Amino acid sequence: MRKGKKRFEEKMFRYLSAGITLFIVFLLLHIIWSIASKGFAALSWQMITDEPKGGFYFGKEGGILNAIAGSFYLAVAATILSFAISLPVALFINVYLRKYPRRANAIRFFLDVLWGIPSIVYGAFAFTIMMFAGLRTSLIAGIITVAVMIAPIMIRAMDEVLKTIPIGLQEAAYALGATKTETAFHIFLRKALPAFATAILLAFGRGIGDAASVLFTTGFTDYVPSSIQEPAATLPLAIFFQLGSPVKEVQSRAYAAALLLTIIILVVSVLTRLLNRHTRQS
Amino acid sequence: MEQTTATLKGIIHPYEHYGEGLTQPIVEVKGLNVFSKNAQILKNIHLSVPKNKITVLLGPSGCGKTTLLKCLNRLTDLYSDLRLDGSIFIDNEDILNTPRDITEIRQKMGLLLQRPFPLPMSIAGNITYGLKLKGIRNKKILEAKVEKHLRDVALWDEVKDRLSHSANSLSIGQQQRLCLARGLAVEPEIILADEPTSALDPISSKVIEEEFIKLKNDYTIILVTHILRQAKRLADYVVFMYYGEIVEHGDAEEIFNNPKTALLKHYLESGY
Repeated sequence: MRKGKKRFEEKMFRYLSAGITLFIVFLLLHIIWSIASKGFAALSWQMITDEPKGGFYFGKEGGILNAIAGSFYLAVAATILSFAISLPVALFINVYLRKYPRRANAIRFFLDVLWGIPSIVYGAFAFTIMMFAGLRTSLIAGIITVAVMIAPIMIRAMDEVLKTIPIGLQEAAYALGATKTETAFHIFLRKALPAFATAILLAFGRGIGDAASVLFTTGFTDYVPSSIQEPAATLPLAIFFQLGSPVKEVQSRAYAAALLLTIIILVVSVLTRLLNRHTRQS
Repeated sequence: MEQTTATLKGIIHPYEHYGEGLTQPIVEVKGLNVFSKNAQILKNIHLSVPKNKITVLLGPSGCGKTTLLKCLNRLTDLYSDLRLDGSIFIDNEDILNTPRDITEIRQKMGLLLQRPFPLPMSIAGNITYGLKLKGIRNKKILEAKVEKHLRDVALWDEVKDRLSHSANSLSIGQQQRLCLARGLAVEPEIILADEPTSALDPISSKVIEEEFIKLKNDYTIILVTHILRQAKRLADYVVFMYYGEIVEHGDAEEIFNNPKTALLKHYLESGY
């Protein structure tokens, strides 16, 4: 009797979990399929090489180079800036605070909370500061906002890597006469650097795909920005605005933009995995 | 037992146990107590370590040997819940109450842990790291030091063709010898070794032991071990610890052939 019940339980959970997994995978494939099928039609060489022509909402001419360039400038610069903020924090938690695990865990908790804050809040917060300072939307404002938004992700991802470094290595470095700072930058950083690639790409993927944080801060424009003080277009916002257009052709251009963004993120994710595997092997 | 240790505590004087062959102490521990959050790990430790000898800290696991060793170069700083009280004199300087930078003091001691922790650098880089911290940049000097210290630990012939390879490519026994060489490169006076052979195969263990015997001409070695036979092979001076206290200490011959306390007698017979 009991045996029968156990077997039933086992079977039910197996099918249930398999079913849900299949459902999720199907949903994902469906999203990719609908973006691809609608986007491919509108995707052309002109789309990636030209700025929009004839007004963004109604224009069917030109391309979305403004958004591609804007997104790349924004995400690359924000990732670099975020790395500069995140590295000291991650090293601080793991080298200086190793002695005080409670404080380290408190910081980790706050970072996790920050990770969970919706990006629109970062955007709105930055916008408030910009209004106070009398600044207009610009690429630099977006870079700073996105950098702050992805910093918790990068710090926690780096932290997970640094956490695995055994305390014996720290003792060995101390015993050779290294200070805490030398231990952090010579030993811990070098040990963890290959695995940091994952953290950086993870944050980059989040940064390039986010619309809400750049809505108020970077603004939107039909041109490729020529300085960081100008507003810039971004792919997520290009999708958002074009989908809102009443013109059918413009809507399908939104799918082309979405397809491009998906491809970029896919490439980044695959790269992350490959790097991950590579570092684990060596 | 209470009574034995109590009387022993009474008679132990830092200089009393210097026999004929033992020279000036290089490390002196006076009244050291170590507390963790809810226990006392070391109780009133008085100890003098003789120069150019192998001093073995012997005792069952959990008796505080490793903690005592780590107090000697203040690696205990890494653990927030440890509180130290007392004095440790190294070259007549109390390292627990010194205004001097602890990193300088740590360079007086090479450290060998239970398993090797090679720095994430090349084989040569592991040796030169400590020297570079001291500010030595001259390439010729660094190269000469790499060769000298790798020869010291009988590793030179095995790695001379791949000095720029990652230290992780070495076997664990080679890594441990590299860690010893790395410690020697900063020209310490003392070598602290915490069960350095416990992760090694018998052959690598033997090499390390042979190195220790050679090295004691130039260095003072403090070795933590729970392997009785290793202690008998290497020790000149033995400190027997039990539950955070030094129960008995003296010349190796005296300790092994003529144990005075019941605890030590039992330990020598049974091994725990």
